[in-house]
Amino acid sequence: MNQIVLENCGRINPEDIEEYIGAGGYEALGIALERKTPEDIIKTVKDSGLVGRGGAGFPTGLKWSFARASKETQKYVICNADEGEPGTFKDRLIMEGDPHKVLEGMALCGYAIGANTGFIYIRGEYQLSIQRLTKAIKDAEKLGLLGKNIFGTEFDFNVKIKIGAGSYVCGEETALLNSMEGLRGEPRLKPPFPAESGFLSKPTNVNNVETFANIAPIILNGADWFRKFGTEKSPGTKVYTILGHIKRPGLIEVPMGITLREIIYDYAGGMSSGKFKMAQIGGTAGDIISSALLDTPLEYQSLQALGHNLGSGAILIMNETVSIADFLTCCMKFFVHESCGKCSVCRIGTKQMYEAFKRLKKQEAYFDELKTIKELAEELKLTAFCPLGQSVASPVLSALKYFGKELAQGVNPDKKREPVTRENPNIVLNYS
Amino acid sequence: MTTKEIVGKCGNKKENLLQILHDIQNQNPDNYICKEAIYELSKEMDMSVSEIKGTASFYTMFSFTPRGKYIIRVCESPPCHLLGAQTIFEAIESKLGIKVGKTTDDGLFTLEGTSCLGICGVAPAMMINDEAHGNLNEEKIYKILSRIQEKERGKA
Repeated sequence: MNQIVLENCGRINPEDIEEYIGAGGYEALGIALERKTPEDIIKTVKDSGLVGRGGAGFPTGLKWSFARASKETQKYVICNADEGEPGTFKDRLIMEGDPHKVLEGMALCGYAIGANTGFIYIRGEYQLSIQRLTKAIKDAEKLGLLGKNIFGTEFDFNVKIKIGAGSYVCGEETALLNSMEGLRGEPRLKPPFPAESGFLSKPTNVNNVETFANIAPIILNGADWFRKFGTEKSPGTKVYTILGHIKRPGLIEVPMGITLREIIYDYAGGMSSGKFKMAQIGGTAGDIISSALLDTPLEYQSLQALGHNLGSGAILIMNETVSIADFLTCCMKFFVHESCGKCSVCRIGTKQMYEAFKRLKKQEAYFDELKTIKELAEELKLTAFCPLGQSVASPVLSALKYFGKELAQGVNPDKKREPVTRENPNIVLNYS
Repeated sequence: MTTKEIVGKCGNKKENLLQILHDIQNQNPDNYICKEAIYELSKEMDMSVSEIKGTASFYTMFSFTPRGKYIIRVCESPPCHLLGAQTIFEAIESKLGIKVGKTTDDGLFTLEGTSCLGICGVAPAMMINDEAHGNLNEEKIYKILSRIQEKERGKA
């Protein structure tokens, strides 16, 4: 059996808590509350080597120990279910297919860090996830698995649902906190980190849905068991969503370290049409890679060595009919729409990127367009306030690296930039 | 429910604002948050109108202009774009005679573009209110829209 996160998905009725319990559910929580200290739980999670599955890859156990260390009495556990990265829908299927696993992971986290309130921030579009989790919370409360005195112990843990309203940047943890507080979903300056001052200025631990879904199995089976999956430095499994020009798009959970070639030809049934040209890994904020990387193991370390990132787990496969300039124009349009406007480099930079790629697409780009695109991307990476603006550089720089020649075809070497004058202010005002 | 009742149900703490705005919008027959509701909310929540509008206008799911009974949201993100989202827009535009952001004269449909809906496994995809539709092509869209039109005509 190669599955941890999705082991129950499609096998149990997600709306029936008895079936989850029958499959070993809530056993980890019971064992933890009766026989283990919060420190034991944090140690096991640390030893497992689990890193956050939301995209950034921060060690989960370490994050918990920060929240644990705070002396405040009121702390919060937040499950980030604002899955907005284009091409990613793993969290939705986890919540729809096995909602109790997420709740159990959150309760274990609450016990470990000393919190008795949890929130799940779900994007407003995920109606079925909201319904299933609402029912799951009610059912768990009825059986005393959530609420007051869980398993007859002193431990209380309540979970509430917060519904988002359509904003990509709210997936960034501090923007999510602002949104939960009824504010615009703009990111906050760090530090202080949420572990110190998060929701309503209280210590808060935010993890992704998939991260929480790993917790109960780790506590139940131990850190060594978890380390049997994946590679030494990236243990465990990863849930990928595979899409694009392939025969079988969908969701897979595989050990860390599998290659792109295996994903396309073994799991996705091969290309649906045409020949493999490129893939974007990690969603729209992810890197574009060429066929040269088909045999690179997909795990955090090998990719980082090449300057790439695994991101959210979305893998978009494209054939030779896709024009890189057209594809990036679409990516940039997304960023223009989702940039929150807080910092000028992202607000204006995304718009300038979009205009530049539109020119490349029409083969009307300025003679120095690729150079300015590169400079702007590096500027965004270095100076944008939050990961949204910084990540705009990922698809752009990787595309320049692997598909620079193709992009250069959109440049008109005779097209010079007009000097900016009062009569010709060179400002793009039309936002359509 | 009146705005006051909604605030009473959710609690007038600032952190409940998003839920309150959702409820206000959902119970409005024209699927939007009207000016009067914001003014009333300002009193109930003890927040300034600009503060409420500032938060609400940040989020794409909230509208401040009346919309149709059925809101069609077509995904514009790269995975759907690759598999033909543009033709989906064109098919809907030609069938309903409206452009993106507009509402049909009969008040039935509003067409909107949206960021990823998380149903990319069946791209190109769209949502009509809470219902997701995937693997779309021209023919399928015509069928879906006709079915809704017939259902509504039957009621009239």
